[in-house]
Amino acid sequence: MAATVVVLARNRNLFAVIVLSGAYSFLMATVLMAMDAVDVSMTEASVGAGISTVLFLSALFLCDSEEARPLHRPWMPLAVAVAVVGLLVYGTWGLPEFSDPNAPIHKHVAPRYLNEMKNEVDVPNVVTAVLASYRGYDTLGEVTVVFTAGAGVLALLRRRRKDRR
Amino acid sequence: MKHDLILRVVAKLLIPFILLFGLYVQFHGDFGPGGGFQAGVILAAAVIFYALIFGLADARNVVPEPLVESMMAIGVLVYAGVGVAGLLLGGNYLDYFVLGRDPIAGQHRGIFWVEVGVAITVSGVMLKVFYMFAGRGKVDQ
Repeated sequence: MAATVVVLARNRNLFAVIVLSGAYSFLMATVLMAMDAVDVSMTEASVGAGISTVLFLSALFLCDSEEARPLHRPWMPLAVAVAVVGLLVYGTWGLPEFSDPNAPIHKHVAPRYLNEMKNEVDVPNVVTAVLASYRGYDTLGEVTVVFTAGAGVLALLRRRRKDRR
Repeated sequence: MKHDLILRVVAKLLIPFILLFGLYVQFHGDFGPGGGFQAGVILAAAVIFYALIFGLADARNVVPEPLVESMMAIGVLVYAGVGVAGLLLGGNYLDYFVLGRDPIAGQHRGIFWVEVGVAITVSGVMLKVFYMFAGRGKVDQ
């Protein structure tokens, strides 16, 4: 993955960058799979590697396939990025170990979901039960967000078309 | 790519299976990984694949643009409608317990329709965004 990122950052050919970011998404999906997040991994593979690669390619069709050279040396953004990475790594020291059963996240509502789900919802996949039933409001919000995003793209791209005519 | 024989044959072989896999992910989401969001994306990907191989005009014939636009809204309405159905049957908003004969059946029915709504909206939005991007070049020329 690190090699993919380095090549991604150095490459100026946008076609190669798009294909590599698709490969990066697949690697990310494998990592999520290894962390037992199968549903998230599936979403990453289909959205990250599939749809967004196609969307990038269709956007690339409309513009130049070589990235322009930047006018300034990217020292300032690099410093900001390194600082943020430092902060995030510092933050992870305060987190509990991966798959630690005593982590606060496993003490809050997760035991109730896991123990009572059989009597309340009775769906073999707990993720689906939490997503669609316990957290139904959140998912309704997410669907509305997807709808709003689509409507926004529609409004933006369509108006420009009418102006051209 | 319209005259590329191998691509056309392979696409024709693959697309039914992609659609079938999308439906599997949709309706098997209660038992295994998957659900409305992933299924919607896979179904949209099948149509996008068709559009890439056979051209945008053919894809627009198969899945017309007004249908895609209304799918975006229908999904949200189905989801919200499940909530309203719960209200009408005497429960709280998005309360599935009242939807079936017993609470468990109600939960199953509620989850089923909610996932259908998610899949419809997600595949509609994905397809619409793709149509928008893919159709722009022709307008500009």
